[in-house]
Amino acid sequence: MYKSICLFLLVAIVACDSTASDTLQHRKSITILPDSNNAGLKLPNGFSALKVAENMGRARHIAVNQQGDIYVKLERKLNGNGIIYLRDLDKDGRAENVSGFGNYVGTGIAIHKGYLYASSDDDVFRYKLNEKGEVENKEVPEKIIAGLINRRQHASKSITLDNNGNIYVNIGAYSNSCQEKDRQPGSMGMNPCPILDSAGGVWQFKANVPNQTYANGIRYATGLRNVVGLDWNTQTNKLFVTQHGRDQLNNLFPKFYDDKANAELPAETMYEINQGDNAGWPYVYFDNQQNKLILAPEYGGDGQKEPTSTYKQPAMAFPAHMAPNALLFYTGNQFPARYKNGAFIAFHGSWNRAPLPQEGFYVVFVPFENGKPTGTWEVFANGFSGVQVVNNLRSVQHRPCGLAQGPDGSLYVSDDNKGAIFRIIYQGK
Amino acid sequence: MLRLLSICCFSLFFQAVSAQKIPPSGSMQRGKTVYITRCVACHQQDGGGVPHMNPPLDGASAVQGKYKVKLIQVILKGMTDRVEIDGEYYSNNMAPHADLTDQQVADVLTYIRNSWSNKAGAITAEEVKSVRAKIK
Repeated sequence: MYKSICLFLLVAIVACDSTASDTLQHRKSITILPDSNNAGLKLPNGFSALKVAENMGRARHIAVNQQGDIYVKLERKLNGNGIIYLRDLDKDGRAENVSGFGNYVGTGIAIHKGYLYASSDDDVFRYKLNEKGEVENKEVPEKIIAGLINRRQHASKSITLDNNGNIYVNIGAYSNSCQEKDRQPGSMGMNPCPILDSAGGVWQFKANVPNQTYANGIRYATGLRNVVGLDWNTQTNKLFVTQHGRDQLNNLFPKFYDDKANAELPAETMYEINQGDNAGWPYVYFDNQQNKLILAPEYGGDGQKEPTSTYKQPAMAFPAHMAPNALLFYTGNQFPARYKNGAFIAFHGSWNRAPLPQEGFYVVFVPFENGKPTGTWEVFANGFSGVQVVNNLRSVQHRPCGLAQGPDGSLYVSDDNKGAIFRIIYQGK
Repeated sequence: MLRLLSICCFSLFFQAVSAQKIPPSGSMQRGKTVYITRCVACHQQDGGGVPHMNPPLDGASAVQGKYKVKLIQVILKGMTDRVEIDGEYYSNNMAPHADLTDQQVADVLTYIRNSWSNKAGAITAEEVKSVRAKIK
Protein backbone atom coordinates (compact mmCIF):
# COMPACT_ATOMS: atom_id res chain seq x y z
CA MET A 1 0.00 0.00 0.00
CA TYR A 2 2.77 2.38 1.01
CA LYS A 3 4.55 1.53 -2.23
CA SER A 4 1.51 2.23 -4.36
CA ILE A 5 0.87 5.54 -2.64
CA CYS A 6 4.49 6.50 -3.32
CA LEU A 7 4.06 5.46 -6.94
CA PHE A 8 0.91 7.48 -7.23
CA LEU A 9 2.55 10.58 -5.79
CA LEU A 10 5.53 10.20 -8.06
CA VAL A 11 3.34 10.05 -11.13
CA ALA A 12 1.36 13.01 -9.93
CA ILE A 13 4.55 15.01 -9.49
CA VAL A 14 6.10 13.93 -12.76
CA ALA A 15 2.93 14.54 -14.69
CA CYS A 16 2.57 17.98 -13.20
CA ASP A 17 1.02 20.24 -15.81
CA SER A 18 3.65 22.84 -16.54
CA THR A 19 1.37 25.22 -18.40
CA ALA A 20 -0.96 27.69 -16.81
CA SER A 21 -4.49 27.04 -17.93
CA ASP A 22 -6.60 29.88 -19.23
CA THR A 23 -8.55 30.19 -15.98
CA LEU A 24 -5.98 29.12 -13.43
CA GLN A 25 -2.83 31.15 -13.33
CA HIS A 26 -1.01 28.80 -11.01
CA ARG A 27 0.63 25.48 -11.71
CA LYS A 28 -1.87 22.75 -11.29
CA SER A 29 -0.72 19.24 -10.60
CA ILE A 30 -2.57 16.47 -12.34
CA THR A 31 -2.94 12.92 -11.23
CA ILE A 32 -2.41 10.35 -13.91
CA LEU A 33 -1.61 6.71 -13.51
CA PRO A 34 -0.04 4.52 -16.17
CA ASP A 35 -1.98 1.55 -17.48
CA SER A 36 -1.41 -1.48 -15.29
CA ASN A 37 0.52 -3.25 -18.03
CA ASN A 38 2.12 -0.06 -19.37
CA ALA A 39 -0.30 -0.32 -22.31
CA GLY A 40 1.52 -3.49 -23.36
CA LEU A 41 4.84 -1.68 -23.89
CA LYS A 42 8.29 -2.69 -22.71
CA LEU A 43 10.20 0.37 -21.55
CA PRO A 44 13.48 1.19 -19.80
CA ASN A 45 13.43 1.25 -16.00
CA GLY A 46 11.54 4.17 -14.56
CA PHE A 47 9.34 4.70 -17.62
CA SER A 48 5.70 3.77 -17.87
CA ALA A 49 2.92 4.22 -20.39
CA LEU A 50 -0.77 4.58 -20.90
CA LYS A 51 -3.13 4.62 -23.84
CA VAL A 52 -4.53 8.12 -24.21
CA ALA A 53 -6.99 6.97 -26.85
CA GLU A 54 -7.86 3.92 -28.90
CA ASN A 55 -9.59 3.22 -32.20
CA MET A 56 -8.68 6.58 -33.73
CA GLY A 57 -8.30 5.06 -37.18
CA ARG A 58 -5.19 5.48 -39.25
CA ALA A 59 -3.44 7.85 -36.89
CA ARG A 60 -0.40 9.05 -38.82
CA HIS A 61 1.49 12.02 -37.36
CA ILE A 62 0.46 13.86 -34.19
CA ALA A 63 1.01 17.25 -32.60
CA VAL A 64 0.40 18.29 -28.98
CA ASN A 65 -0.47 21.88 -28.05
CA GLN A 66 0.63 23.78 -24.94
CA GLN A 67 -2.50 22.60 -23.13
CA GLY A 68 -1.60 18.96 -23.75
CA ASP A 69 -4.39 18.43 -26.26
CA ILE A 70 -3.57 16.24 -29.23
CA TYR A 71 -4.14 16.77 -32.95
CA VAL A 72 -4.04 13.55 -34.97
CA LYS A 73 -3.69 13.50 -38.77
CA LEU A 74 -5.58 10.63 -40.34
CA GLU A 75 -4.81 8.74 -43.52
CA ARG A 76 -8.47 7.84 -43.85
CA LYS A 77 -11.43 9.84 -42.57
CA LEU A 78 -12.99 8.90 -39.28
CA ASN A 79 -16.60 10.05 -38.93
CA GLY A 80 -16.01 12.32 -41.89
CA ASN A 81 -12.94 14.04 -40.44
CA GLY A 82 -9.29 13.99 -41.52
CA ILE A 83 -7.98 15.50 -38.27
CA ILE A 84 -8.94 14.36 -34.79
CA TYR A 85 -8.69 16.66 -31.77
CA LEU A 86 -8.29 14.83 -28.46
CA ARG A 87 -8.80 16.55 -25.12
CA ASP A 88 -8.38 15.22 -21.61
CA LEU A 89 -10.77 17.44 -19.70
CA ASP A 90 -10.68 15.58 -16.40
CA LYS A 91 -6.90 15.35 -16.51
CA ASP A 92 -6.67 11.64 -15.88
CA GLY A 93 -4.37 11.26 -18.88
CA ARG A 94 -7.04 9.65 -21.06
CA ALA A 95 -8.73 11.73 -23.74
CA GLU A 96 -12.48 11.49 -23.36
CA ASN A 97 -13.33 14.53 -25.47
CA VAL A 98 -13.00 13.60 -29.13
CA SER A 99 -13.87 15.89 -32.00
CA GLY A 100 -12.70 16.35 -35.54
CA PHE A 101 -12.44 18.55 -38.60
CA GLY A 102 -10.70 18.73 -41.96
CA ASN A 103 -12.05 17.21 -45.16
CA TYR A 104 -8.75 15.80 -46.40
CA VAL A 105 -6.61 12.83 -45.43
CA GLY A 106 -2.84 12.69 -45.13
CA THR A 107 0.12 12.27 -42.79
CA GLY A 108 1.86 15.52 -41.80
CA ILE A 109 0.90 17.66 -38.82
CA ALA A 110 2.85 20.14 -36.69
CA ILE A 111 2.29 23.03 -34.31
CA HIS A 112 4.56 26.02 -34.73
CA LYS A 113 4.38 29.60 -33.49
CA GLY A 114 0.65 29.71 -32.96
CA TYR A 115 -0.37 27.74 -36.03
CA LEU A 116 -1.39 24.16 -36.69
CA TYR A 117 0.04 22.91 -39.98
CA ALA A 118 -1.40 19.80 -41.64
CA SER A 119 -0.87 18.12 -45.00
CA SER A 120 -2.87 16.09 -47.43
CA ASP A 121 -0.92 14.01 -49.95
CA ASP A 122 -1.03 17.02 -52.33
CA ASP A 123 -1.22 20.20 -50.26
CA VAL A 124 -0.21 21.80 -46.97
CA PHE A 125 -2.66 23.84 -44.90
CA ARG A 126 -2.47 25.86 -41.72
CA TYR A 127 -4.92 26.97 -39.04
CA LYS A 128 -4.51 29.78 -36.52
CA LEU A 129 -4.59 28.53 -32.94
CA ASN A 130 -6.27 30.64 -30.27
CA GLU A 131 -4.85 31.15 -26.79
CA LYS A 132 -6.39 27.85 -25.73
CA GLY A 133 -4.52 26.03 -28.48
CA GLU A 134 -7.76 25.46 -30.38
CA VAL A 135 -8.46 25.80 -34.08
CA GLU A 136 -11.22 28.33 -34.73
CA ASN A 137 -11.41 28.41 -38.52
CA LYS A 138 -11.82 24.65 -38.77
CA GLU A 139 -13.46 24.63 -42.17
CA VAL A 140 -11.42 27.36 -43.83
CA PRO A 141 -7.74 26.61 -43.44
CA GLU A 142 -5.18 28.71 -45.26
CA LYS A 143 -3.61 26.72 -48.08
CA ILE A 144 0.12 27.27 -47.84
CA ILE A 145 1.39 24.87 -50.50
CA ALA A 146 -0.57 23.38 -53.39
CA GLY A 147 -0.15 20.80 -56.11
CA LEU A 148 2.64 18.56 -54.85
CA ILE A 149 3.24 15.30 -56.70
CA ASN A 150 1.04 12.46 -55.50
CA ARG A 151 1.27 9.24 -57.44
CA ARG A 152 0.08 6.80 -54.78
CA GLN A 153 3.49 5.44 -53.85
CA HIS A 154 5.30 7.30 -51.03
CA ALA A 155 2.66 10.02 -51.09
CA SER A 156 2.95 11.11 -47.42
CA LYS A 157 3.83 14.80 -47.18
CA SER A 158 5.55 14.84 -43.79
CA ILE A 159 6.41 18.32 -42.53
CA THR A 160 8.61 20.14 -40.05
CA LEU A 161 9.43 23.83 -39.47
CA ASP A 162 12.53 25.79 -38.51
CA ASN A 163 12.62 28.96 -36.43
CA ASN A 164 13.37 31.11 -39.44
CA GLY A 165 9.99 31.10 -41.15
CA ASN A 166 10.43 27.99 -43.30
CA ILE A 167 8.55 24.75 -43.64
CA TYR A 168 10.15 21.54 -44.95
CA VAL A 169 8.07 19.03 -46.86
CA ASN A 170 8.92 15.46 -47.78
CA ILE A 171 8.00 14.70 -51.37
CA GLY A 172 8.60 10.98 -51.64
CA ALA A 173 9.64 9.31 -54.88
CA TYR A 174 6.75 7.62 -56.65
CA SER A 175 8.95 4.64 -57.38
CA ASN A 176 11.01 1.99 -55.64
CA SER A 177 14.32 2.52 -57.40
CA CYS A 178 13.58 4.64 -60.48
CA GLN A 179 13.52 1.62 -62.77
CA GLU A 180 12.20 2.12 -66.28
CA LYS A 181 9.45 -0.24 -65.16
CA ASP A 182 8.79 0.12 -61.44
CA ARG A 183 9.37 -3.07 -59.44
CA GLN A 184 9.89 -5.17 -62.56
CA PRO A 185 12.64 -7.80 -62.27
CA GLY A 186 15.77 -6.78 -64.14
CA SER A 187 14.44 -3.42 -65.33
CA MET A 188 17.31 -0.92 -65.29
CA GLY A 189 17.33 2.53 -63.72
CA MET A 190 16.55 5.70 -65.65
CA ASN A 191 19.65 7.88 -65.84
CA PRO A 192 19.38 10.61 -64.82
CA CYS A 193 16.35 9.71 -62.74
CA PRO A 194 13.58 12.10 -63.93
CA ILE A 195 11.62 11.70 -60.70
CA LEU A 196 14.16 13.82 -58.82
CA ASP A 197 12.93 17.02 -60.50
CA SER A 198 9.73 17.00 -58.50
CA ALA A 199 10.10 14.29 -55.86
CA GLY A 200 12.63 12.12 -54.03
CA GLY A 201 13.70 14.96 -51.77
CA VAL A 202 12.79 17.58 -49.20
CA TRP A 203 11.44 20.92 -50.40
CA GLN A 204 11.59 24.17 -48.45
CA PHE A 205 8.73 26.69 -48.57
CA LYS A 206 7.75 29.78 -46.58
CA ALA A 207 5.64 28.92 -43.58
CA ASN A 208 3.40 31.98 -43.91
CA VAL A 209 2.86 32.52 -47.64
CA PRO A 210 -0.38 31.20 -49.13
CA ASN A 211 -0.74 29.19 -52.32
CA GLN A 212 2.89 28.37 -52.93
CA THR A 213 3.69 25.83 -55.62
CA TYR A 214 6.88 24.12 -56.79
CA ALA A 215 7.85 27.42 -58.41
CA ASN A 216 8.04 29.08 -54.99
CA GLY A 217 9.84 26.23 -53.25
CA ILE A 218 13.46 25.24 -53.03
CA ARG A 219 14.62 21.67 -53.46
CA TYR A 220 16.46 21.69 -50.15
CA ALA A 221 17.89 18.18 -50.45
CA THR A 222 17.62 15.45 -53.06
CA GLY A 223 18.33 11.76 -53.48
CA LEU A 224 16.01 10.93 -50.58
CA ARG A 225 13.60 8.18 -51.56
CA ASN A 226 10.97 8.84 -48.91
CA VAL A 227 11.61 10.54 -45.57
CA VAL A 228 8.43 10.03 -43.62
CA GLY A 229 10.32 11.10 -40.48
CA LEU A 230 11.87 14.55 -40.33
CA ASP A 231 12.51 17.08 -37.56
CA TRP A 232 14.31 20.33 -37.11
CA ASN A 233 17.09 20.16 -34.54
CA THR A 234 16.70 23.46 -32.69
CA GLN A 235 19.95 22.96 -30.79
CA THR A 236 22.07 23.14 -33.95
CA ASN A 237 19.54 24.52 -36.45
CA LYS A 238 19.81 21.53 -38.74
CA LEU A 239 17.28 19.43 -40.55
CA PHE A 240 17.41 15.71 -39.81
CA VAL A 241 15.50 13.11 -41.82
CA THR A 242 14.96 9.36 -41.68
CA GLN A 243 14.78 7.62 -45.05
CA HIS A 244 12.91 4.49 -46.07
CA GLY A 245 15.46 2.52 -48.08
CA ARG A 246 14.61 0.76 -51.32
CA ASP A 247 12.80 -2.60 -51.46
CA GLN A 248 13.06 -5.94 -53.24
CA LEU A 249 16.74 -6.40 -54.07
CA ASN A 250 16.12 -10.16 -54.18
CA ASN A 251 13.05 -10.05 -56.44
CA LEU A 252 14.49 -7.53 -58.86
CA PHE A 253 18.10 -8.73 -59.03
CA PRO A 254 18.15 -12.33 -57.79
CA LYS A 255 21.55 -12.98 -59.33
CA PHE A 256 23.13 -10.62 -56.80
CA TYR A 257 20.86 -10.89 -53.75
CA ASP A 258 19.15 -13.83 -52.04
CA ASP A 259 16.27 -13.59 -49.56
CA LYS A 260 18.62 -13.20 -46.62
CA ALA A 261 20.63 -10.43 -48.29
CA ASN A 262 17.41 -8.61 -49.11
CA ALA A 263 16.20 -8.92 -45.53
CA GLU A 264 19.38 -7.19 -44.31
CA LEU A 265 19.89 -4.65 -47.11
CA PRO A 266 19.87 -1.77 -47.52
CA ALA A 267 20.09 0.10 -44.23
CA GLU A 268 17.38 2.49 -43.16
CA THR A 269 19.23 5.75 -42.70
CA MET A 270 19.18 9.01 -40.78
CA TYR A 271 20.80 12.08 -42.33
CA GLU A 272 21.81 15.47 -41.05
CA ILE A 273 20.80 17.62 -44.00
CA ASN A 274 22.44 20.78 -45.28
CA GLN A 275 20.90 22.70 -48.11
CA GLY A 276 21.91 21.16 -51.43
CA ASP A 277 22.72 17.72 -50.07
CA ASN A 278 22.25 14.65 -52.27
CA ALA A 279 21.78 11.36 -50.43
CA GLY A 280 22.11 9.33 -53.61
CA TRP A 281 18.78 7.60 -54.22
CA PRO A 282 18.23 5.87 -56.63
CA TYR A 283 21.86 5.48 -57.69
CA VAL A 284 23.21 4.13 -54.41
CA TYR A 285 22.15 2.56 -51.15
CA PHE A 286 23.88 2.27 -47.80
CA ASP A 287 25.14 -1.23 -46.94
CA ASN A 288 25.33 -1.41 -43.15
CA GLN A 289 27.37 -4.62 -43.21
CA GLN A 290 30.12 -3.25 -45.45
CA ASN A 291 29.49 0.17 -43.87
CA LYS A 292 29.59 2.05 -47.16
CA LEU A 293 27.56 3.28 -50.07
CA ILE A 294 27.04 0.67 -52.78
CA LEU A 295 26.00 1.20 -56.39
CA ALA A 296 22.38 0.14 -56.93
CA PRO A 297 21.93 -2.87 -59.25
CA GLU A 298 19.64 -0.78 -61.47
CA TYR A 299 22.71 1.38 -62.20
CA GLY A 300 25.24 -1.37 -62.77
CA GLY A 301 25.90 -2.46 -59.21
CA ASP A 302 26.40 -6.05 -58.14
CA GLY A 303 26.24 -5.74 -54.37
CA GLN A 304 29.95 -4.83 -54.16
CA LYS A 305 30.68 -2.03 -56.63
CA GLU A 306 30.96 1.42 -55.14
CA PRO A 307 29.75 4.58 -56.84
CA THR A 308 32.19 6.90 -58.55
CA SER A 309 30.25 10.00 -57.49
CA THR A 310 30.15 11.11 -53.88
CA TYR A 311 26.94 11.30 -51.92
CA LYS A 312 25.86 12.24 -48.44
CA GLN A 313 26.85 9.74 -45.77
CA PRO A 314 24.20 8.78 -43.21
CA ALA A 315 24.47 10.09 -39.67
CA MET A 316 23.25 6.70 -38.48
CA ALA A 317 22.17 3.41 -40.06
CA PHE A 318 19.50 0.98 -38.91
CA PRO A 319 18.45 -2.51 -40.01
CA ALA A 320 16.73 -2.78 -43.37
CA HIS A 321 13.08 -2.15 -44.18
CA MET A 322 11.99 -1.15 -40.64
CA ALA A 323 10.34 2.03 -41.99
CA PRO A 324 11.30 5.01 -39.80
CA ASN A 325 8.01 6.93 -39.91
CA ALA A 326 8.69 9.67 -37.38
CA LEU A 327 11.68 11.52 -35.94
CA LEU A 328 11.57 13.72 -32.85
CA PHE A 329 14.31 15.57 -31.01
CA TYR A 330 13.48 15.44 -27.33
CA THR A 331 13.78 18.84 -25.67
CA GLY A 332 11.77 18.15 -22.52
CA ASN A 333 12.87 17.94 -18.91
CA GLN A 334 10.69 15.08 -17.72
CA PHE A 335 12.97 12.29 -18.98
CA PRO A 336 16.49 11.74 -17.54
CA ALA A 337 19.18 14.12 -18.78
CA ARG A 338 20.71 11.68 -21.28
CA TYR A 339 17.55 11.85 -23.37
CA LYS A 340 17.65 15.62 -23.76
CA ASN A 341 18.42 16.68 -27.33
CA GLY A 342 18.59 13.04 -28.42
CA ALA A 343 16.37 11.62 -31.14
CA PHE A 344 13.42 9.29 -30.90
CA ILE A 345 12.47 7.40 -34.05
CA ALA A 346 9.20 5.52 -34.56
CA PHE A 347 9.74 2.44 -36.71
CA HIS A 348 6.53 1.41 -38.42
CA GLY A 349 7.86 -2.13 -38.96
CA SER A 350 8.94 -3.94 -42.09
CA TRP A 351 7.15 -5.95 -44.74
CA ASN A 352 9.96 -6.51 -47.22
CA ARG A 353 11.93 -8.97 -45.09
CA ALA A 354 9.57 -11.80 -46.09
CA PRO A 355 10.03 -14.75 -46.16
CA LEU A 356 12.21 -13.94 -43.13
CA PRO A 357 10.45 -12.59 -40.01
CA GLN A 358 9.63 -8.88 -40.03
CA GLU A 359 11.46 -6.31 -37.86
CA GLY A 360 10.80 -2.95 -36.29
CA PHE A 361 7.44 -2.07 -34.73
CA TYR A 362 9.22 -0.13 -31.99
CA VAL A 363 10.46 3.31 -30.93
CA VAL A 364 14.21 3.78 -30.92
CA PHE A 365 16.36 6.29 -29.06
CA VAL A 366 19.54 7.72 -30.57
CA PRO A 367 21.76 9.57 -28.05
CA PHE A 368 23.11 12.90 -29.32
CA GLU A 369 25.93 15.09 -28.11
CA ASN A 370 26.49 18.57 -29.50
CA GLY A 371 24.06 17.90 -32.31
CA LYS A 372 25.71 14.68 -33.49
CA PRO A 373 24.59 11.13 -32.80
CA THR A 374 26.90 9.28 -30.45
CA GLY A 375 27.39 5.60 -29.88
CA THR A 376 24.61 3.49 -31.23
CA TRP A 377 20.84 3.35 -31.25
CA GLU A 378 18.78 1.47 -28.68
CA VAL A 379 15.22 0.17 -28.60
CA PHE A 380 13.32 2.50 -26.27
CA ALA A 381 9.72 1.31 -26.45
CA ASN A 382 8.89 -2.17 -27.69
CA GLY A 383 5.89 -4.44 -27.64
CA PHE A 384 3.65 -2.50 -30.04
CA SER A 385 3.22 -5.50 -32.35
CA GLY A 386 1.78 -7.62 -29.54
CA VAL A 387 3.54 -10.74 -30.85
CA GLN A 388 7.00 -12.18 -30.22
CA VAL A 389 7.83 -12.75 -33.88
CA VAL A 390 6.09 -10.99 -36.73
CA ASN A 391 5.74 -13.43 -39.60
CA ASN A 392 2.74 -11.75 -41.16
CA LEU A 393 1.52 -8.19 -41.02
CA ARG A 394 -2.00 -9.34 -40.16
CA SER A 395 -0.81 -10.55 -36.76
CA VAL A 396 0.44 -7.08 -35.78
CA GLN A 397 -1.54 -5.03 -33.27
CA HIS A 398 0.00 -1.56 -33.26
CA ARG A 399 2.42 0.09 -35.68
CA PRO A 400 4.27 3.18 -34.39
CA CYS A 401 3.84 6.01 -36.90
CA GLY A 402 3.93 9.43 -35.25
CA LEU A 403 5.76 11.07 -32.34
CA ALA A 404 5.08 14.23 -30.35
CA GLN A 405 6.32 15.80 -27.16
CA GLY A 406 3.83 17.11 -24.64
CA PRO A 407 4.26 20.36 -22.73
CA ASP A 408 5.26 18.38 -19.64
CA GLY A 409 7.85 16.38 -21.56
CA SER A 410 5.74 13.26 -22.06
CA LEU A 411 6.37 11.38 -25.29
CA TYR A 412 3.31 10.54 -27.41
CA VAL A 413 3.30 7.75 -30.00
CA SER A 414 0.54 7.22 -32.56
CA ASP A 415 -0.34 3.90 -34.17
CA ASP A 416 -1.92 3.88 -37.63
CA ASN A 417 -2.96 0.23 -37.51
CA LYS A 418 -5.46 0.20 -34.65
CA GLY A 419 -5.52 3.92 -33.96
CA ALA A 420 -4.06 3.92 -30.46
CA ILE A 421 -2.32 6.97 -29.00
CA PHE A 422 0.28 6.07 -26.37
CA ARG A 423 1.79 8.40 -23.79
CA ILE A 424 5.13 7.49 -22.25
CA ILE A 425 6.06 9.10 -18.93
CA TYR A 426 9.04 8.88 -16.63
CA GLN A 427 8.49 7.92 -13.00
CA GLY A 428 12.01 7.07 -11.92
CA LYS A 429 14.10 9.05 -9.52
CA MET B 1 -35.99 -42.71 -43.93
CA LEU B 2 -36.84 -40.33 -46.70
CA ARG B 3 -35.08 -37.61 -44.76
CA LEU B 4 -31.97 -39.75 -44.30
CA LEU B 5 -31.98 -40.58 -47.98
CA SER B 6 -32.20 -36.95 -48.98
CA ILE B 7 -29.33 -36.07 -46.65
CA CYS B 8 -27.28 -38.87 -48.21
CA CYS B 9 -28.14 -37.62 -51.66
CA PHE B 10 -27.26 -34.13 -50.73
CA SER B 11 -23.91 -35.21 -49.28
CA LEU B 12 -23.11 -37.19 -52.37
CA PHE B 13 -24.01 -34.24 -54.53
CA PHE B 14 -21.99 -31.90 -52.36
CA GLN B 15 -18.99 -34.22 -52.45
CA ALA B 16 -19.24 -34.42 -56.19
CA VAL B 17 -19.23 -30.63 -56.47
CA SER B 18 -16.32 -30.38 -54.03
CA ALA B 19 -14.39 -32.99 -55.96
CA GLN B 20 -14.70 -30.88 -59.08
CA LYS B 21 -13.28 -27.92 -57.21
CA ILE B 22 -10.27 -29.64 -55.73
CA PRO B 23 -7.38 -28.31 -57.81
CA PRO B 24 -4.79 -30.73 -59.16
CA SER B 25 -2.08 -31.19 -56.55
CA GLY B 26 0.69 -30.82 -59.11
CA SER B 27 -0.63 -27.40 -60.04
CA MET B 28 -0.86 -26.39 -56.38
CA GLN B 29 2.70 -27.49 -55.69
CA ARG B 30 4.13 -25.73 -58.74
CA GLY B 31 2.00 -22.70 -57.99
CA LYS B 32 3.42 -22.47 -54.50
CA THR B 33 6.95 -22.40 -55.93
CA VAL B 34 6.01 -19.51 -58.21
CA TYR B 35 4.25 -17.76 -55.32
CA ILE B 36 7.33 -17.93 -53.09
CA THR B 37 9.55 -16.56 -55.85
CA ARG B 38 7.30 -13.85 -57.25
CA CYS B 39 4.53 -12.95 -54.82
CA VAL B 40 5.50 -13.56 -51.21
CA ALA B 41 7.53 -10.35 -50.82
CA CYS B 42 4.48 -8.14 -51.21
CA HIS B 43 1.50 -10.39 -50.53
CA GLN B 44 3.19 -12.23 -47.62
CA GLN B 45 3.22 -15.90 -46.72
CA ASP B 46 -0.30 -15.87 -45.33
CA GLY B 47 -1.68 -14.02 -48.35
CA GLY B 48 -2.58 -11.20 -45.98
CA GLY B 49 -0.71 -8.48 -47.90
CA VAL B 50 0.55 -5.28 -46.26
CA PRO B 51 -2.01 -2.76 -45.00
CA HIS B 52 -2.50 0.13 -47.43
CA MET B 53 0.46 -0.95 -49.59
CA ASN B 54 -0.09 -4.41 -51.04
CA PRO B 55 -3.60 -5.89 -51.11
CA PRO B 56 -4.40 -9.21 -49.43
CA LEU B 57 -5.11 -12.23 -51.60
CA ASP B 58 -6.65 -14.28 -48.83
CA GLY B 59 -10.36 -13.58 -48.80
CA ALA B 60 -10.11 -11.10 -51.68
CA SER B 61 -13.27 -11.08 -53.77
CA ALA B 62 -11.37 -10.55 -57.04
CA VAL B 63 -9.09 -13.50 -56.36
CA GLN B 64 -11.90 -15.93 -55.67
CA GLY B 65 -14.36 -14.45 -58.10
CA LYS B 66 -15.57 -15.72 -61.42
CA TYR B 67 -13.78 -13.04 -63.44
CA LYS B 68 -10.80 -15.18 -64.30
CA VAL B 69 -9.85 -13.02 -67.27
CA LYS B 70 -9.27 -9.97 -65.08
CA LEU B 71 -7.19 -12.01 -62.67
CA ILE B 72 -5.01 -13.40 -65.45
CA GLN B 73 -4.61 -9.88 -66.85
CA VAL B 74 -3.30 -8.60 -63.50
CA ILE B 75 -0.52 -11.20 -63.55
CA LEU B 76 0.37 -10.55 -67.19
CA LYS B 77 0.03 -6.75 -67.21
CA GLY B 78 0.66 -5.81 -63.59
CA MET B 79 -1.33 -3.12 -61.85
CA THR B 80 -0.50 0.54 -61.39
CA ASP B 81 -3.96 2.11 -61.21
CA ARG B 82 -5.52 3.55 -58.12
CA VAL B 83 -8.42 1.17 -57.66
CA GLU B 84 -10.53 0.29 -54.68
CA ILE B 85 -10.15 -3.31 -53.62
CA ASP B 86 -12.76 -4.55 -51.18
CA GLY B 87 -13.13 -1.05 -49.74
CA GLU B 88 -9.43 -0.19 -49.44
CA TYR B 89 -6.81 1.54 -51.54
CA TYR B 90 -3.24 0.30 -51.93
CA SER B 91 -0.19 2.36 -52.85
CA ASN B 92 2.39 0.02 -54.35
CA ASN B 93 2.70 -0.84 -58.02
CA MET B 94 2.60 -4.45 -59.14
CA ALA B 95 4.98 -5.35 -61.93
CA PRO B 96 3.79 -7.41 -64.89
CA HIS B 97 4.82 -11.06 -64.78
CA ALA B 98 4.44 -11.73 -68.50
CA ASP B 99 7.66 -13.71 -68.52
CA LEU B 100 5.94 -16.56 -66.66
CA THR B 101 4.71 -19.37 -68.93
CA ASP B 102 0.99 -19.98 -69.40
CA GLN B 103 1.32 -23.01 -67.13
CA GLN B 104 3.13 -21.02 -64.42
CA VAL B 105 0.47 -18.30 -64.44
CA ALA B 106 -2.23 -20.97 -64.28
CA ASP B 107 -0.44 -22.71 -61.42
CA VAL B 108 0.13 -19.62 -59.30
CA LEU B 109 -3.46 -18.45 -59.78
CA THR B 110 -4.76 -21.90 -58.93
CA TYR B 111 -2.55 -21.78 -55.83
CA ILE B 112 -3.77 -18.39 -54.59
CA ARG B 113 -7.40 -19.28 -55.37
CA ASN B 114 -7.10 -22.38 -53.18
CA SER B 115 -4.80 -21.35 -50.35
CA TRP B 116 -5.52 -19.97 -46.88
CA SER B 117 -9.30 -19.50 -46.70
CA ASN B 118 -9.74 -19.27 -50.46
CA LYS B 119 -11.72 -21.92 -52.31
CA ALA B 120 -12.24 -21.30 -56.00
CA GLY B 121 -11.87 -23.19 -59.23
CA ALA B 122 -8.53 -23.94 -60.85
CA ILE B 123 -7.24 -21.92 -63.77
CA THR B 124 -5.85 -23.72 -66.79
CA ALA B 125 -2.94 -22.93 -69.08
CA GLU B 126 -5.43 -22.76 -71.97
CA GLU B 127 -7.33 -19.97 -70.22
CA VAL B 128 -4.09 -18.05 -69.70
CA LYS B 129 -3.07 -18.59 -73.30
CA SER B 130 -6.37 -17.20 -74.54
CA VAL B 131 -6.08 -14.05 -72.39
CA ARG B 132 -2.44 -13.54 -73.35
CA ALA B 133 -3.31 -13.74 -77.05
CA LYS B 134 -5.75 -10.86 -76.67
CA ILE B 135 -3.23 -8.70 -74.79
CA LYS B 136 -0.59 -8.97 -77.51
